[in-house]
Amino acid sequence: MSDDIYREIILDHYRNPRNKGKMTDADVVIHDSNPLCGDQIDIYLKVKDGDIDDIKFDGRGCAISQASASMLTEMILKKPLTLAKDISKEDILENIGLTNLGPARIKCALLSLKVLKMGMVKYYEDKEPVTAEKLEKDSNLY
Amino acid sequence: MQATQIEVNQIRKDFPILLRRINGKPLVYFDNASTTQKPSSVITSISEYYTTYNANIHRAVYQIAEEATNAFETTRDKVSSFINAHSREEIIFTRNTTESINLVAYSWGRKNVGRGDTIILSELEHHSNIVPWQILCQERGAQIKYLNIDKDGNLDLSELESCMSNNNVKLISLSHMSNAIGNIIPIKYIVKIAHSFGIPIFVDGAQSVPHLKTDVIDIDCDFLAFSGHKMLGPTGVGVLYAKKNILEEMNPFIGGGDMIKEVHKYETNYNDLPHKFEGGTPNIADVIGFGKALDYLNKIGIENIRRHEIELTKYALEEMSNLKNIQLYGSPDPYQRGGIISFNIGDIHPHDLATILNEEAIAIRSGHHCAQVLMEKLEVAATSRASFYIYNTIEEINIFINALRKAMRLFRL
Repeated sequence: MSDDIYREIILDHYRNPRNKGKMTDADVVIHDSNPLCGDQIDIYLKVKDGDIDDIKFDGRGCAISQASASMLTEMILKKPLTLAKDISKEDILENIGLTNLGPARIKCALLSLKVLKMGMVKYYEDKEPVTAEKLEKDSNLY
Repeated sequence: MQATQIEVNQIRKDFPILLRRINGKPLVYFDNASTTQKPSSVITSISEYYTTYNANIHRAVYQIAEEATNAFETTRDKVSSFINAHSREEIIFTRNTTESINLVAYSWGRKNVGRGDTIILSELEHHSNIVPWQILCQERGAQIKYLNIDKDGNLDLSELESCMSNNNVKLISLSHMSNAIGNIIPIKYIVKIAHSFGIPIFVDGAQSVPHLKTDVIDIDCDFLAFSGHKMLGPTGVGVLYAKKNILEEMNPFIGGGDMIKEVHKYETNYNDLPHKFEGGTPNIADVIGFGKALDYLNKIGIENIRRHEIELTKYALEEMSNLKNIQLYGSPDPYQRGGIISFNIGDIHPHDLATILNEEAIAIRSGHHCAQVLMEKLEVAATSRASFYIYNTIEEINIFINALRKAMRLFRL
């Protein structure tokens, strides 16, 4: 099974992460960590005309959490916010090709999505409180 | 005298879990610093209590209650002699090491630590020997000072005396053996210096008591805490040892039944030691089980256990140091450390390594090991950790080394 997990594409995103770094003029910055393992992810979002104009992630952690974050940024860059809003955990697991992770490691794969959803709640709180509330309810991933 | 080698293959038969297979392979359990496995004698003693003499202790006069009280209190005697305490009154049962530390921080700390005082810890400490003191210091306006460690994780003893002579130090609290990297500190020497300044010392023995001969009279520590589940016993049983005169001065921690002599509307006379600190029905079954664990350890002999672990650690360190890109933490001297090896290989994150090793049925720990202060000092976010006990073998270390090589292949290292 670990041969399936640590495929070339995961190692590639782990060692050469896309959209990694900080952003000084972000509209939303959000941080979270997994207390069990200390994985940390920051996500920076810049929104323009309802689209994610730019996204960066920063953090440290295992290959699964970092590759998953890197792939997530590619998934939603330049896409409408509404699309990002609807990404499910199944979408993430399918995207990174890891659909049978155990309960401990699934948190690694979903940490970046959790942070993104928290960021979107923060973004909508000013603009559309109703959407923010619904998002918060939906984003209970674990 | 040449001491007897321990018969690992015989010992393994006493641990039913070692028959488990994971992914079709025999379980290799290398997470003993976290919790150890339990021998059949411990497991059956618990069901025996519930099956044949389950009753609450200390009060009732009928036979099974007396049997239960007797079995429970016999464990206290066994603990007392295991660490060579002066008397059974110095042995308090708690839930775990963490609770023992919190008990002292609460009961002793609130009475003895005030504004401007200092508590000394080291950079090696487990969170459970940091957070209770932080809570106390924040409440009392006191401060924490840390003894530094060098690159091998050894305590820098050069600052010991200057640290103790300044700062109004009220207590020193140190772990005898680091749970994260295994280093053993020269506790007797430190106690001697501390006492020359009139400062009491708390020893976190969670890792040391299960593996090193511990004699509280010889060490002369004022407090010692440890957990039964790290030494073949069930979870839910911890021990606090403290010198009798200190315990007598301390206020109770948990108020309630069993810790009282007389209760009136507005005042209470507390019970004698050790019961003053054991409010409420305790964990009777598991304390009885812990007694059986101590019997087991005594049968094998703690010195023999230590010798076996040094042999395993020496072999593992030698084999591991041959691997490319490996970073080993802690003292390179197997006599200065316990059977705990913390390491990283290249850029493989410890969680990924632990996942790959799990495929080979090897259980190791990965993460910060509840020692984030130490991790910051070592400048790592996490490490992988293998830790041994009496039932581990050289063959298991070979399986482990092969699995590390597999992980390196998967990560193209």
